Amino acid sequence: MSADVLLEVYALRRYFPIRGGLLQRQVATVQAVDDISFAVRRGETLGIVGESGCGKSTTARLLIHLLEADAGTITLEGRAIGDASGLTAREFRRQVQMVFQDSYSSLNPRCTIEDTIAYGPTVHGLSWSAARTRARSLLGKVGLDPELFATRYPHELSGGQRQRVNIARALALEPRVIVLDEPVSALDKSVEAQVLNLLVDLKNELGLTYVFISHDLNVVQYISDRVLVMYLGKIVEVGPVDSIYGNPRHPYTRALLGAMPSMDPDNRGKQATLTGDPPNPINPPPGCRFHTRCAHAEMCCSTREPKLAANTGTGNPTGDHLAACHMLIPGSGHSAAPAAAA
Amino acid sequence: MSVATIPKECTAANEGAKPLVRVNNLTVRFITRDRTIDAVNGVSFTVDAGEVLCILGESGSGKSVTLRAMMRLLPPHLTKISGEITVDDEDILSLGAPALSDLRGGEVAMIFQEPMTSFDPVFTIGNQIIETVKRHDGLSESDARKRALELLEMVQIPSPARRLDNYPHEMSGGMRQRAMIALALSCRPRLLLADEPTTALDATVQIQILQLLHRLQRELGMAVLFVTHDVGVAVEISDRIAVMYAGRFVETGPVRAVIREPQHPYTQGLLASTVNGAMRGKRLEAIPGSPVNLAALPPGCAFAPRCRHAEPACAVPPPETWIEPTRMVRCIRATPK
Ligand SMILES: Nc1ncnc2c1ncn2[C@@H]1O[C@H](COP(=O)(O)OP(=O)(O)O)[C@@H](O)[C@H]1O
Ligand code: SF4
Ligand code: SF4
Ligand SMILES: [Mg+2]
Repeated sequence: MSADVLLEVYALRRYFPIRGGLLQRQVATVQAVDDISFAVRRGETLGIVGESGCGKSTTARLLIHLLEADAGTITLEGRAIGDASGLTAREFRRQVQMVFQDSYSSLNPRCTIEDTIAYGPTVHGLSWSAARTRARSLLGKVGLDPELFATRYPHELSGGQRQRVNIARALALEPRVIVLDEPVSALDKSVEAQVLNLLVDLKNELGLTYVFISHDLNVVQYISDRVLVMYLGKIVEVGPVDSIYGNPRHPYTRALLGAMPSMDPDNRGKQATLTGDPPNPINPPPGCRFHTRCAHAEMCCSTREPKLAANTGTGNPTGDHLAACHMLIPGSGHSAAPAAAA
Repeated sequence: MSVATIPKECTAANEGAKPLVRVNNLTVRFITRDRTIDAVNGVSFTVDAGEVLCILGESGSGKSVTLRAMMRLLPPHLTKISGEITVDDEDILSLGAPALSDLRGGEVAMIFQEPMTSFDPVFTIGNQIIETVKRHDGLSESDARKRALELLEMVQIPSPARRLDNYPHEMSGGMRQRAMIALALSCRPRLLLADEPTTALDATVQIQILQLLHRLQRELGMAVLFVTHDVGVAVEISDRIAVMYAGRFVETGPVRAVIREPQHPYTQGLLASTVNGAMRGKRLEAIPGSPVNLAALPPGCAFAPRCRHAEPACAVPPPETWIEPTRMVRCIRATPK
């Protein structure tokens, strides 16, 4: 583990049973997250992109231990819950907090804003009066005047204001990492920009580390230092944001970026599109999970799973940019692969 | 302000041709016991045959209500509509029930964000298209089936003959969206109303559906009134854009002009807060404050509470100013070029 890694995920897996029929027997399995490994570095924003059902939210819930993994480990500065380091679940959860997309259902409708934010710290031993003082100061930090908002209820707030409350609540435990799952997706653009500015300010001021999950490729490019691309429960590509957007190596990443509306009226309608919908994570295709939609698929693609490997092309001087495609793996058997080293 | 004051050629991209759609001073209010929502507050526009006009605005700006009014899909007992809507010289607001049902799905069709709005879950896709063309076009069962098959081919559904016998729930999201487009186009509408039809789709599917719609629109010479909150989608599909805020069009014009030289402070703010990669590392010029509450509209310019150029003169509603023959801006700062 290199020194700048704060949170590390190794061989993480989570399947969900699908039950059906009269007896609610298990009839199938969704491979929501299947053997993924990645690191979150201290002080960075790691963006996670991918289409619905690719496992982004499951990854987020696993990261904060809201869901238990079937296999794999999650370590915070090299310590895992329950190992010899003595890291408790409670301490882990204090340090790794989460903000959800749905600002409303994640707030208790019968609690005032102030008490919503103060609750976490009281659970961790702060007195109610100290916790309320902290809540009011956090309200100010997220741009809500405590005089106006502290005693209000969630339904009295707009979506953008509620998302600010959720951010304040996540900050109340003085975490080091915040996992943000589609934090601005339900907001109008004008409000989204306000919340993105706020997130950037807070990160700089408090030295936070973010895992920022979104389906919006523009937002992820704006906010992330590194980007991780998921497809059907797997990581297909990860690397520095400029390298991913400027020199995507995995055919799926290329297709995803190529599907972005152009924003230039003279350049529209030129996107080369994939055909069909993302396949079902219930029965993912064998080998490379993208092979059913990939224009470059060959024999090896449907039989063997490509592992994440360094992008051997240009523009990857640090070896930081990895993609899981047989075309990049020497000796994979793909006709476009570099020759195997002797 | 009404379109009567605007020379006809000013509102039409295609000069000289008679517009297919004319909307004049449309107002829609929802009246409930405890409050009145001013959803649409004097909207006027035209759409030419074969033209795509996109209504761009944030949630609650009145886009969907405007669209639904075009087909009289609003609950009559709660809704007060005034103004004029004509499609091909037919006065929509005075149509009786039989004429209205001929119009819907015939000359004017609609597609939605959620395809299940269009489909009945208990009938197959094929069945629903066949029934529609039999009813509107009086085709025989076998001709209707042939048409249904052609329609599924036209929207590029693979194995169309087999898909005719699918129930809506047996299709993936993208396929259902295609099937909904096939149903909407089944009677060759002259006007297609599209309410955020790609918003719920994944990126790689959204672009397929946008390109499909764009191609079909051109091939069929159909006019489209397309509603979206997404600037990228609007740029992708439209000939002209109308930016909506608080139930009014605040700016209209050809897509290039509106995107490259936005004139209304709200349009400028919306574009500045629509993030793209080039903005990395820069602070976003967000519009301050919250979107307007339609149950408590400010008098005058509804954008004033969030506008950095607001001044006392903004306390009366700004008129439509035509700064160019094809460009309208509803702001006191706008001056004709
Ligand atoms: N049937 C209805 N009854 C009462 N209010 C409604 C109804 N339909 C829409 N509204 C209200 O009208 C306003 C505009 O809605 P809408 O046109 O759906 O906005 P948009 O499509 O721009 O998001 C909103 O405040 C909405 O809640
Ligand atoms: S491994 Fe094969 S199928 Fe998968 S992305 Fe690469 S070329 Fe395409
Ligand atoms: S009329 Fe006034 S408040 Fe409204 S947009 Fe123009 S300058 Fe701003
Ligand atoms: Mg809407």
